[in-house]
Amino acid sequence: MAGGAGELSLSPARIAGGVALALVVALCLGTLLPLVLAAEPGRGIGPADRAAIRFTLFQATLSAGLSVLLAIPVARALARRRFPGREALVTLLGAPFLLPTIVAVLGLIAIWGRSGLASRALGLAGLGPLDVYGLGGVLLGHVFFNLPLVTRMLLQGWGAIPAEHWRLAAQLGMGPGAVFRHLEGPMLREVLPGAFLLVFLLCSTSFAVVLALGGGPAASTVELAIYQALRFDFDLGRAALLGLVQFAICLVLAAGLLALGRQAGFGQGLGGPVARHDAARPLARAIDAGAILFAAAFLLLPLGAVVVRGLPALIAGLPAQVWPALRVSLSVAVPSALLSLALALALAGLVTSVRRGLLAEALTLMGLAASPFVIGTGLFLVLNPLVNPFALAIPVTLLVNAVMSLPFAMRVMVPAMRRAREDYGRLADSLGMSGVSRFRLAVWPALRRPAGFAGGIAAALSMGDLGVIALFADPETATLPLTMYRLMGAYRMEAAAGTALLLLLLSLALFWIFDRGGRWLDRA
Amino acid sequence: MTRLLLASAAAVLTALPALAQEKPVLTVYTYDSFTSEWGPGPIIEERFEAQCGCDLKLVPAGDGAALLGRLKLEGARTDADVVLGLDTSLTAAARETGLFAPHGVSPALDLPVDWDDDTFLPFDWGWFAFVYDRTKLDTPPASFEELLDAPEDLKVVIQDPRSSTPGLGLLLWVKSVYGDEAEAAWARLKPHVVTVTAGWTEAYGMFLEGEADMVLSYTTSPAYHLIAEDDDTKAAAVFAEGNYLQIEVAGRLKDSDQPELADAFLAFMLTDAFQDAVPTTNWMYPAVTPAGGLPKGFETLAKPAKSLLVPADEVPALREEALAEWQAGLGN
Amino acid sequence: MIVLETLVLQQGDFRLEADCRFREGAVTALIGPSGAGKSTLLSAIAGFLAPARGRVLIGGEDMTGRAPADRPVTMLFQEHNLFPHLRVWQNVGLGLDARLRLDRAQRAEVDAALAEVGLAGTGERRPAELSGGQRQRVALARALLRRKPVLLLDEPFAALGPALRTEMLALVAGIAERERMSVLMVTHMPGDARAIAAETALVAEGRVAPPRPTGPMLDAPEGALAAYLGAAG
Repeated sequence: MAGGAGELSLSPARIAGGVALALVVALCLGTLLPLVLAAEPGRGIGPADRAAIRFTLFQATLSAGLSVLLAIPVARALARRRFPGREALVTLLGAPFLLPTIVAVLGLIAIWGRSGLASRALGLAGLGPLDVYGLGGVLLGHVFFNLPLVTRMLLQGWGAIPAEHWRLAAQLGMGPGAVFRHLEGPMLREVLPGAFLLVFLLCSTSFAVVLALGGGPAASTVELAIYQALRFDFDLGRAALLGLVQFAICLVLAAGLLALGRQAGFGQGLGGPVARHDAARPLARAIDAGAILFAAAFLLLPLGAVVVRGLPALIAGLPAQVWPALRVSLSVAVPSALLSLALALALAGLVTSVRRGLLAEALTLMGLAASPFVIGTGLFLVLNPLVNPFALAIPVTLLVNAVMSLPFAMRVMVPAMRRAREDYGRLADSLGMSGVSRFRLAVWPALRRPAGFAGGIAAALSMGDLGVIALFADPETATLPLTMYRLMGAYRMEAAAGTALLLLLLSLALFWIFDRGGRWLDRA
Repeated sequence: MTRLLLASAAAVLTALPALAQEKPVLTVYTYDSFTSEWGPGPIIEERFEAQCGCDLKLVPAGDGAALLGRLKLEGARTDADVVLGLDTSLTAAARETGLFAPHGVSPALDLPVDWDDDTFLPFDWGWFAFVYDRTKLDTPPASFEELLDAPEDLKVVIQDPRSSTPGLGLLLWVKSVYGDEAEAAWARLKPHVVTVTAGWTEAYGMFLEGEADMVLSYTTSPAYHLIAEDDDTKAAAVFAEGNYLQIEVAGRLKDSDQPELADAFLAFMLTDAFQDAVPTTNWMYPAVTPAGGLPKGFETLAKPAKSLLVPADEVPALREEALAEWQAGLGN
Repeated sequence: MIVLETLVLQQGDFRLEADCRFREGAVTALIGPSGAGKSTLLSAIAGFLAPARGRVLIGGEDMTGRAPADRPVTMLFQEHNLFPHLRVWQNVGLGLDARLRLDRAQRAEVDAALAEVGLAGTGERRPAELSGGQRQRVALARALLRRKPVLLLDEPFAALGPALRTEMLALVAGIAERERMSVLMVTHMPGDARAIAAETALVAEGRVAPPRPTGPMLDAPEGALAAYLGAAG
């Protein structure tokens, strides 16, 4: 009766994966349905929406292309150099991505704005202030958020090149050109499509950054059009239609790019040192030093501005309301990270066990293409007749955050799961291990480390989330980012800056704890 | 799993009210910043509960527009007894839902305009204005025309009408000043616009960072800096064509299960207990000046000689057209 | 001749000492328990690992500070000897020119080398289309073309079946003899050492023992070698 794991067998692991997938699809795609049902005849997609779609595609393509292009030299430099502070820099690469939009925007402006550091430096030289607003500003913002992310993904790619290949290259006397052609190029061909896709999706649903740095209505995205349809025009049908457009873009791109490249993980990126005999030349050193300095300055200056703005208030003491908000945020972030991990485990199991795992995987990317406004409204329409939405404030936020961070967790878990399967799958089969014991003894040990990392990302992302689901907002359960916004809304900019710094530190700490936890479990 | 979650949540919900059912509950939907710890919410809740023998529940629902959106989503099923925080750009759409009941009172109000709306009652108001830093800008433009004609290095930061209340206010402001010439006016404003943010918060933050000389806000904004921070450098520019008014209103729901409490709340809203909290928590003018007058510092605020306001029932028709002009004039 | 002069290799807690020489133009086996440092020793000779002390001399020349490419050494790894995206002929051709700009004569050399290892006509295939044994033959063909006097084998045939392994070893032995190559071969199998290595050195307990004739040494094992062979059963 218990045959091998044939294509059609319904193992508990696959059922779990199926349930997880159904949950993700229901949340991302299913929430469009109540909108359509509740919609009255609306305007449909107009010329302004079409312009928004065009601009979205345009800026997301440019943003993703630029982030990926700039990340290549930075990742290469970090991969082949060892210097004091390298680990700290790699850790800080995670920081911009975790910042609430407004904090990041103000940090960027402190450096690149009309009265920012760069403008003032130019002023000393008698030159006019910088004007980044417009397409340049949008790209600046998106590269700031995503360059570090791509760098980490590529760093993982470099780490995945077998040590023997580096030795082979050294023995054969390959110069930088040949190393790029034979080692780095092929790796990049595998990793870049996935990285590009992830960044493209992140940028295509961007909204506040695009507006704040975009300079005017010419820089409007689909996400803004959805927001406008929902709250300005109350045109549910159009919102659903635009939501579908967003998914269509996502799926077409995901299918194309995932098929092009193999999976790109962006794991620890701190892998063991490989002596790099090809990198000893002075020119290579200079290029690497330049890339690292550029990345460090580009990332650390705005982060430094966030720290400098926030430190006085953080030291002087934050308003009392911050602390309960902190508790709420933690009580959302930690379970949300665990849920995200559980979903990622189940889905990674499914994706790696069926022959056509690509579709399943593309579907999990929907968390990135889904508009939080649509999800919120759809869920509200479904749940409101049944239960009081406030009672669901925490569970809903938790669930939505988990699904939104799923694509990142998947990037880490799928390659690890694939490796575990290749390394131990047959052994486990031959020993007749199945179900819980198989997971506990054969799968989990290989996944603890990446799981810690993925959990860290999910927790930190959830921590920085604004609790977008305003429809479920309960006055008693304001999160830390929401409290920060409220402080700003009440003109309390210093206290808000202090809260932002606290948020940044906590997100990084949470990430660090999860990441270390995974490593600790791995060793124990 | 979702179902399990729902079931347990439902179980908790049905169990809870049974325990705390002695006091009637008045549910008021309002915008988020009203309920925040620094907004009027906590004071008003305490003061009203002291006299009503009820539990006042303030429910935050994003901003004014989101408030209306939520009401539309819930329809007649809504738990709300009172909605507080719509403004005159939204009242026509709110009335159209048919969910509101007339308030049936005719109070004496201290508004710069006459008020004869039988459904919605104002609780505070203010003028939109461009706020600037006195130490950095000696002579702010004295009119919209001066602003549009100013040298290009006079920069402003404004908000998007599709996502923010002040942005919508500016849209209607420009439309009332320039009428059919609105698109051209936006095109003339364009070189002065640093950027258009999603909300007030981003714009004001950028202004304080020094990104622009002026930011679209309220004439009352300087009062915060003066009273709470003892900083008198901020001021609002008054325009000769007039400044656009924002009047924030409340209304009671037709299907409320607490009609008496809802009426009591609306009445309370116009008493000193509510009104004297408004200036220094919501940083707006109270709809009825309290007996003690306005807080010290408010007398220093700039007062426009002329108030502009598009009649509420004309807003829906005008909005679409004005938005298209805004997009055409400011875009590209 | 390979000479290890008061050589000390250090990696974290791991430490290996060697002070010995290996015969020129002959095959020497390195035998010893896992983790004893056999591969580490080869890495140091190939230039992937700088010694903490002492030096490596090949053909009388000091190798200290010389990049791997500048040493008269070819090393074959247990796996990953080929680039998966390159065709077989390209993988071999890298031995002639790392930039793969090969003229007609060089292409002919590549084909000859492939024929020599029994893979004539497979030049256009990719590594994934070959068996494990065939892949190591390709690597061997590249080693042939490089014409370096020293060949280091880090168990490149460990994953092959007994018959295939014997065949590959015979191939290596034949090539080494003809080309007058000095071969250092890491192995776990006493049989492999007996088959082609005139001498064998034991690597154990942090030391590389000077090589001794293989037959007598394996016939009457002593000390650490006895323990190792006994444990290997």
